[in-house]
Amino acid sequence: MEFNSRIPIYLQVIDTIKKQLVTGKIPPGNKLPSTRELAVEYNINPNTAARIYKEMELMDICYTKRGLGTFATQSEERVGEMKKDITMEVISQFVNQMEELGYTSDDMVKEIRKRSKR
Amino acid sequence: MKYLQTENLTKKFGSTVAVDGVNVVLEKGKIYGLLGPNGSGKSTFMKMVAGLFHPTSGNMMVQGNKLSILSKGEIAFMPTEAYFYNYMKVRTVGEFHEDFYEDFDTAKYEELIKDMNLDMNMKVSALSSGMAAKLKLAATMARDAKLFMLDEPLNGIDLIARDQIMSAIIKKASEDNIMLLSSHLIDVLENILDEVIFIKEGKIVLSGDAEEIREEKGKSIVDLYKEVFAS
Repeated sequence: MEFNSRIPIYLQVIDTIKKQLVTGKIPPGNKLPSTRELAVEYNINPNTAARIYKEMELMDICYTKRGLGTFATQSEERVGEMKKDITMEVISQFVNQMEELGYTSDDMVKEIRKRSKR
Repeated sequence: MKYLQTENLTKKFGSTVAVDGVNVVLEKGKIYGLLGPNGSGKSTFMKMVAGLFHPTSGNMMVQGNKLSILSKGEIAFMPTEAYFYNYMKVRTVGEFHEDFYEDFDTAKYEELIKDMNLDMNMKVSALSSGMAAKLKLAATMARDAKLFMLDEPLNGIDLIARDQIMSAIIKKASEDNIMLLSSHLIDVLENILDEVIFIKEGKIVLSGDAEEIREEKGKSIVDLYKEVFAS
């Protein structure tokens, strides 16, 4: 994974894991890699990996079972919230840039229809 | 936990000052990057800590005591030079290290050799420079040292081997040991470092927590490195 040097690494990895949860790549309640495995997977510092799970726990994205490891949240509601958050983020970025270019919302919708195959 | 501390550590070669009054504290559970261009004093510093060079002046303390034979047994140093004989096989290199170091774990060595896509029956003389670098790393990482000092572990290594070496370092790093990595390939190393130490003309010009430095200065370690060393 290529990291953006302006955003802390732990936040970038959390975003990636969130996306994997939202898209179902990681099913709810699934066991997550150990911190060391996570560090190897993303080529990051093991202490950063530990911080990632700590922060994710605070955000209710995962939980730790003593001696068993870290698991993704079982709450589909929480996953739904995350999807909403990510969607809002993507849309507001897009809308901001399009408005800068002078698009109205109707024109934006037209452009989106042209581009999206679904 | 504080493990190694140097006070005003200095090494002169004739009139050349290679390491100039270096104060460093290394704590267990952390990965340090000793970063600087060629000739900045990285290897000389490591060789003093490894006991291969005698400091001209200054002190080194390991857990509050002067560096001794005992503490040297806890310090693993991987030099930049290849130090194996051509007649050896990968297996013999392991046996050689087992004779030398009490904390050398042959099973661990075999595992590392496998992870690195090497073979116990390969001859040292037939290894490419990248393979030789991986062998050197495996031989060092098979020890159970408290302080691992790896001098330019990524030099002359292709992208695949680089990943293998990075993985081996990440897997070995623990709460109970210290990794001190020297390199001028900051972009590759940046993401695995807890702390950075910038060394320029033998002096430490900047050191601290990598994430804090990024936040404070608003730029990556790579960019900061370019800034510090370009001038």
